[in-house]
This record gives sequence, C-alpha cells and structure tokens, in this order.
Amino acid sequence: MIVSAIAFYVFAAIAVAAGFMVIAARNPVHSVLFLILAFFSAAGLFVLMGAEFIALILVIVYVGAVAVLFLFVVMMLDIDFSELRQGFLQYLPIGALVGLILLIELLLVAGAWVITPEATAAGASPIAEHVANTRALGQVLYTQYVYLFQSAGLILLVAMIGAIVLTLRHRVDIKRQVIAHQVGRKRHEGVELKDVKPGQGI
Amino acid sequence: MQIGLGHYLTVAAILFTIGVFGIFLNRKNVIVILMSIELMLLAVNVNLVAFSVFLHDLTGQVFALFVLTVAAAEAAIGLAILVTYFRNRGTIAVEDVNLMKG
Repeated sequence: MIVSAIAFYVFAAIAVAAGFMVIAARNPVHSVLFLILAFFSAAGLFVLMGAEFIALILVIVYVGAVAVLFLFVVMMLDIDFSELRQGFLQYLPIGALVGLILLIELLLVAGAWVITPEATAAGASPIAEHVANTRALGQVLYTQYVYLFQSAGLILLVAMIGAIVLTLRHRVDIKRQVIAHQVGRKRHEGVELKDVKPGQGI
Repeated sequence: MQIGLGHYLTVAAILFTIGVFGIFLNRKNVIVILMSIELMLLAVNVNLVAFSVFLHDLTGQVFALFVLTVAAAEAAIGLAILVTYFRNRGTIAVEDVNLMKG
C-alpha cells in the first residue's frame, strides 16, 4: 500500500512539473518533449488506478502519434520563436489570477464532494470482479456503445480527410507526370506521315 | 496511507489549471496553445478514469476513449490549419489572424 502511495506521489509530481514546463519552456521542442513526459506520467497514474487499457492507449495515441505530429510541425515550420515570446510577462498577472481562482474553485468542489451510495449502485456498466480491464472494456465497448464506437471511427476518418485536404496543394508552376495523358496518347498526335517527293526536301 | 478519489481529482485540477494558465501565458504562440488544450483534455481524462474506477463503473473509461479520439482529431486538424496558415502568411502569430474580420 505504501509503495502505491509513493508511486502515486512520484507520478503526480512528475506530471504536474512536466505540465508546467510545457507552458514555461522557451523552446517549443522542449515543450513537446515535456508534454510527452506528462502523458507518460498520466499513463502511470492510470495504471495505478487499474485502467491499464486507457494507459496503454494514451501512450500509443499521444506519445506515438499526436506528440510526434507536434514535433514534426514545430520542426517543419521555420519560425522565430523568441519573437512569439514577447509580451510573455505582460499576460502573467491576469493569467495567474484566473488560474488561481479556477484552481481554488476546482479544489473546493473536489474537497466538498460526497458520493451518495446509490450512485455506485446505479452504474450503467459496473466493473466486474476478476475480469481484466481490457476484456471488460471490450465487452462494453463493442456491445453497449457500438454506435458511439463507430461514430468515433467516422470522426477520425473525417479528421484524416480534412487534414489531407487542408495541407495538399497543387502547384501550377511545376511540371508533373500525368500518366493518363501518356497512356491516352493517340498515334496521330505523335506521328505524322509526310509524302516526300523524290529529289526534294520537305 | 490510502490514495483516494480526492488525490486524483486534485492532480487533474492542477493539470487543468496549468492548461488554462498556458493559454493565457502564450497568447502569441498557437502551437503552445494547442499543447495547453491537450493538457486540459488529459486532465479531463484523469477525472473520468478516476471517477470510473472509484465508482466501479466502466462508462467513464469508455468516455475517456472517446475524449482521446476527439483530442487526436482536433490536434490533427489544428496542426493542418496551422501548416496551411503558415504557408500563406509566413507567420503563426495569433494576433495576426484577422483575415476574416469584417
């Protein structure tokens, strides 16, 4: 029990510190790397809670896909980031004020929270004993929530098509190979027969 | 000592606040704003999973999966818009984004 408590505090401290460094780091590449660290620590918290599937999906989706996408974009765009940091301290007081008020409100809610015993009994899909987390999630996800699952897939499809449409560009000033034109070429377009009389040029 | 629901909610609250704070702090850099939004969604996920585990109800974890899906889609679309915008304007400063202002 003491081990899990220590693990919780370690993961929580790393997650919060990495989250703070995400917004405070000078270099956006460092921000992305700290974001990865924050996601790893959050995945550790999920494992501690017993939600292994979400933890691994978090590592795969965020660290494997989203963070790499961020890293790609940050490194691809040629931006002077020091210019973007001007006025950094200008927004600090109002941001700190709003953040502090929000944090106090959230902690007040979390501190005054009491769960009624009926809430546990009224769960839509109670967690069964002695069933692994992944298996239990699959049993719920593919039966009770199958339409939501399919629409999540649709959202990803739309996002993929949207990203491709947004970033694909056809430049008019470069020559491209159009295979259809090459294949659809007729003989009379390429070869012309000239009737040459003997002793004369064309 | 027992780690309860309140501990996880506190961590999530701090992470969410950091996300909001980051949006205020980096008003010019849209990449860091997107990362702050990811942090806030992560905090929401921690909340959902914590409630799911401590209330013995799997629905929270299912919903966390959907939040993850939408977050991934949002990041992809946001970064695509960012790349297109940078290609057209040569900058990503948020204050310059006023092309559609009437």
